[in-house]
Amino acid sequence: MKIDVKKVAKLANLPLTSDEEEKYSQQLSKILDYIEQLNKVDTSKVEPTYNVSGQKNIQRADEIGECQPQNDAILNAPQKKEGFFSVKKILDNE
Amino acid sequence: MNNITILTLAETLKGLKEKKFSEEELNNAYLEKIYNLNKKLNIFLEIKKNARGIPAGIKDIISTKNIRTTAGSKILSNYIPPFNATVVDRLLKHDVSIIGKTNLDEFAMGSSGENSAYGPTKNPWDVTKVPGGSSAGSAAAVAADLCVFALGTDTGGSIRQPASLCGVVGLKPSYGRVSRYGLIAMASSLDVPGSFTKSVADARLILDWIAGPDGFDSNCAHLEGESKPKPREHSLREASFRGVRVGVPKEYFEKGLDPKVEKIIKDAINKLEELGARLVEISLPHTEYAVATYYIIMSSEVSSNLARFDRVRFGSNREDFGAEPKRRIMLGTYSLSSGYYDDYFAKAAKVRTLIKKDFDEAFEKVDVIVGPVSPTVAWDFGEKMKDPLMMYLSDAYTVPASLAGIPGLSIPCGFSDGLPVGLQILGKFMDDEAVLSVGEAYEQATEWHIKKPQL
Repeated sequence: MKIDVKKVAKLANLPLTSDEEEKYSQQLSKILDYIEQLNKVDTSKVEPTYNVSGQKNIQRADEIGECQPQNDAILNAPQKKEGFFSVKKILDNE
Repeated sequence: MNNITILTLAETLKGLKEKKFSEEELNNAYLEKIYNLNKKLNIFLEIKKNARGIPAGIKDIISTKNIRTTAGSKILSNYIPPFNATVVDRLLKHDVSIIGKTNLDEFAMGSSGENSAYGPTKNPWDVTKVPGGSSAGSAAAVAADLCVFALGTDTGGSIRQPASLCGVVGLKPSYGRVSRYGLIAMASSLDVPGSFTKSVADARLILDWIAGPDGFDSNCAHLEGESKPKPREHSLREASFRGVRVGVPKEYFEKGLDPKVEKIIKDAINKLEELGARLVEISLPHTEYAVATYYIIMSSEVSSNLARFDRVRFGSNREDFGAEPKRRIMLGTYSLSSGYYDDYFAKAAKVRTLIKKDFDEAFEKVDVIVGPVSPTVAWDFGEKMKDPLMMYLSDAYTVPASLAGIPGLSIPCGFSDGLPVGLQILGKFMDDEAVLSVGEAYEQATEWHIKKPQL
């Protein structure tokens, strides 16, 4: 199984060095080869399982409760400004 | 009192109540051991000097208010949670204190403890061997008597496997029995917090303390209907052990299992029969697909959960992820990407249904299922680090129960070449009590759990 490591790294927002690209290309191909065995299983009449708890749409009353103070919430932010998270601009034109 | 640190949680509580020692003496005894041994074993990433409370180790992927929580990663090397995980809050209400944060494979990804950005933890039984993973430090801490008990998390075996390799009791409760709130998420449909203890009774007590809804984890909620956890009186606890139906899956004794480990597990199963259990041979036919299924589902969820580390709210740059998180983010992103989703993620989710169905059918005939936790005893450092697939295959007996969400216990059941072997006991979804009852019956009839490593 060949995997386009550059493309996947871009989708994953994961900067990789060329050494890493090489290494992951080999390792992931081997892992994907192993995973190929799932094709031996007939799942044509099987529903997928995404969650095993059997719970869905848990609801609660919409009540005001305690919440994290603003300063605590941004305590770990690498960059902050006037009590807010500071983020990079993502749009080129305003 | 001498040897305070060998006491179980139940014995420690009794000793305190009877004033055989004070909380200060208790804490000092453990701190002294930590100062003597932590450098050698690399168990604690952070040590807290308390004079009060029952000292517990907390896996460093579980949020602790105002105590650095790194997830074993460079990316969170300075992260100080502003809140406690529910499991931590619940322990604190029972007079537990945090003696330290335990080392782990980065973001709980690994089966040997070697993937920590802060160096590997050593196995207290032989410091040249891995302790297992990912809850490496929590397992080693309890084995070396550096805390009364420890919390860990189990996504594909991360409590049961290191418990087996370090010779302590490890409980992965049913998925949804214990709130995940405050765990740094790895794979959300699989993550379960649980305990490492010196006895099965301790595991039961801690489950009692930490289980139940908190309003912050929708998968941890009591509901009317089939998924409601069984009331205690329906469990095996009150019943006699005689006649308990113990399933032995033939797929757990096929190729890959070390013959010495196999012999020890079979002896343990025979012991259960001697104690009155009825052995039933069963089949879990999709076991061979569990590792492939698990690695697709888990890594897909990992790639989604770890997207939050974008250097906006916390943490450093994404380059700072270690090799294993990067590998899993890549595998997961690939499995979920357009054109591959149906062949990988959706396919694995369907095979997961079949794996779960294997268990459902088996539990119509038996009360618990037993087998090995790990195909081998603890291995040498570096042995599987160059070959990720080889490392993944060591999870073959633990990932099926994770995919099905059922409870699993590892209890000490012998030694091979001086290294501990654990017996795995699996139960029906939400019937954690059955697993504990069978574990306790075995524990009371054997002395493996009181053996200690020479350090």
